[in-house]
Amino acid sequence: MNFAVDGRQAFAYTAAQAHAPAKPTIVFVHGAGLDHSLWGLQSRYFGYHGCNVLAVDLPGHGRSEGPPLASIGAMADWIVRMLDARTIRQASIVGHSMGSLVALECAARQPARVERIALLGTGYPMKVSEAFLDAAKRNDQAAYDMETIWGHAAQVPLGGNPNPGMWMYGDMLARLARLAPGVLYNDLKACDAYAGGAEAGAKVKCPVLFILGRRDQMTPPKSGLAFAQMLPQARTVQLASSGHALMAEAPDATLDALIEFFRA
Amino acid sequence: MSGPKYPGFDTLALHAGQSPDPATGSRAVPIYQTTSYVFRDSEHAASLFNMERAGHVYSRISNPTVAVLEERVAALEGGVGAIATASGQAALHLAVATLMDAGSHIVASNSLYGGSHNLLGYTLRRFGIETTFVAPGTPEKFAKAIRPNTRLLFGETLGNPGLEVLDIPAVSRVAHEAGLPLLVDATFTTPWLMQPFAHGADLLYHSATKFLGGHGVAIGGVLVDSGRFDWEKSGKFLQLTAPYAGFHDMDFEEESGTRAFLLRARREGLRDFGACMAPMTAFQILQGIETLHLRMPRHVQSTRTVVQFLASNPAVEKVVYPELPGHPDHALAQKLLPKGCGAVFSFELKGGREAGKRFIEALRVFSHLANVGDAKSLVIHPASTTHYRMSDEDLKKAGIGAGTVRLSIGLEDPEDLLQDLGRALKAAQR
Repeated sequence: MNFAVDGRQAFAYTAAQAHAPAKPTIVFVHGAGLDHSLWGLQSRYFGYHGCNVLAVDLPGHGRSEGPPLASIGAMADWIVRMLDARTIRQASIVGHSMGSLVALECAARQPARVERIALLGTGYPMKVSEAFLDAAKRNDQAAYDMETIWGHAAQVPLGGNPNPGMWMYGDMLARLARLAPGVLYNDLKACDAYAGGAEAGAKVKCPVLFILGRRDQMTPPKSGLAFAQMLPQARTVQLASSGHALMAEAPDATLDALIEFFRA
Repeated sequence: MSGPKYPGFDTLALHAGQSPDPATGSRAVPIYQTTSYVFRDSEHAASLFNMERAGHVYSRISNPTVAVLEERVAALEGGVGAIATASGQAALHLAVATLMDAGSHIVASNSLYGGSHNLLGYTLRRFGIETTFVAPGTPEKFAKAIRPNTRLLFGETLGNPGLEVLDIPAVSRVAHEAGLPLLVDATFTTPWLMQPFAHGADLLYHSATKFLGGHGVAIGGVLVDSGRFDWEKSGKFLQLTAPYAGFHDMDFEEESGTRAFLLRARREGLRDFGACMAPMTAFQILQGIETLHLRMPRHVQSTRTVVQFLASNPAVEKVVYPELPGHPDHALAQKLLPKGCGAVFSFELKGGREAGKRFIEALRVFSHLANVGDAKSLVIHPASTTHYRMSDEDLKKAGIGAGTVRLSIGLEDPEDLLQDLGRALKAAQR
């Protein structure tokens, strides 16, 4: 669905369902350089099981007009203005990687409007290596290779994809090939620069779920577990076989954890 | 600091798509010889049907053994994914049927496998899809033939049987400037000799019956998507960018982005046309792929030996192989196919049709049959077999003469191949 935020075209996947004010709303926020379609299976499930879903494309990503937003705080504020534009008073937010920091900031900044947050493939601080940042700044293919290889568990290229017939590395590279120059660097820099995790964590009072992949090479589980300890109310689910791309590598286990969280 | 590395081709050929079976620890790919899969409960069933969960429902749509083959070929080609089909022809049909309706138009190379020529030139015409054929080495003719209703440009990486090299970078530029995808038949080259997506192709398919299998025991095809073509931006493919009433009003591009083409091809094409691959076939083709990187260098090496032998034999009018300096696409082949131009080529015997017949009947090691890409060396006379439906004029356009003989060089001792050919050439000139 296309709509306007700040006078620019924005897009959110809704599972082809009309918005129903009586239903709870879940916003899905993607990670660096990616878009709404990473949430395909999970967002579709909730769209057909009693929820309004808005799997957004952040500005400059997927179908949403640019430019990309330069900080996690700006992305969180955009999510809130997106909810305003859709006249949605309250929502839960599910975020992956960079999107998890956006979800956390939203909950900290708008405690009355954010009901629950689920943080997937996350860690804090979310530092990015100099080599990765430098390659992304130059729009060098090496940055897309790092995003692809570190963005999945090490066994992914030699293992089976739960989604029949699909090649996860190829899919990631094809997505990144569609990205406008500078967007990946923008996102990685925003993650690297984000320093508000402890402050935001202290403000968040809503239920929080962490879903971490034990084979995550991008945000290792050690970092995610330390992050979870900053939010005493948080529940943590660790998926043994998954790397950073939880929604693709372990789609059913990720969905099951989300279903349990939203049913509670 | 060096960045992370992708697994090499040889490793992917052996491993991509399969972890040891979690139920049994089986290292080899298990053959899941089953039509269907038990649902955990009613909600699980509904979720699978509505694409809320990953998994298998019915083996016409997907099967775990077939999925290993699909993922492996996608990995070797650098695509987002693949769909295995009942044959190479089924793969071509699936691509066309996914992208086109009656009233659509294709611009194709005129140097094609006879079966593809039949499908495009005759059969699809009955269903309202027309094709204009142009010479593969003429990107400007591809451009000129594009109409408002054109939906696809198509050619073979190496044309059959003249081995015209498709100028993929130039033809893909023509296609993309018109908002169209380029589909290539990569059967003759395999991903070991060339990865067409790296040169600009958007979709490709293989007759897996040939070099991928390599053993000549299984018929199959694989259709692969690069995921790089932007269907939404093109605006010409409502099949992928508008709600589809046949699947809960799904907009495939919106739903899945890079996977839109394969999603519709699987959810509509396999569902409704049903030209799926059997799990045993997938297993057999996987056995071949595991040695593709070992077989292809040998195929190419032996082919070079045979080409040199024939080119210097007085009974031979000419040899058509792009590595020979006289081939019109020699320079392009050096650029696009530095590892070799495959193991299928043709030559023209002196003495025409009758000499051709004597030659084929005198061969002992080469098998006279309608296939290529086998571990065994093969021979055929195209004018009377694979291209027999084509008129003389069309044959000439495709570079085929009455005395043209096509060879597929196998993995036998090259000395035995030369001896067999030498004996048959003498017989041909009697």
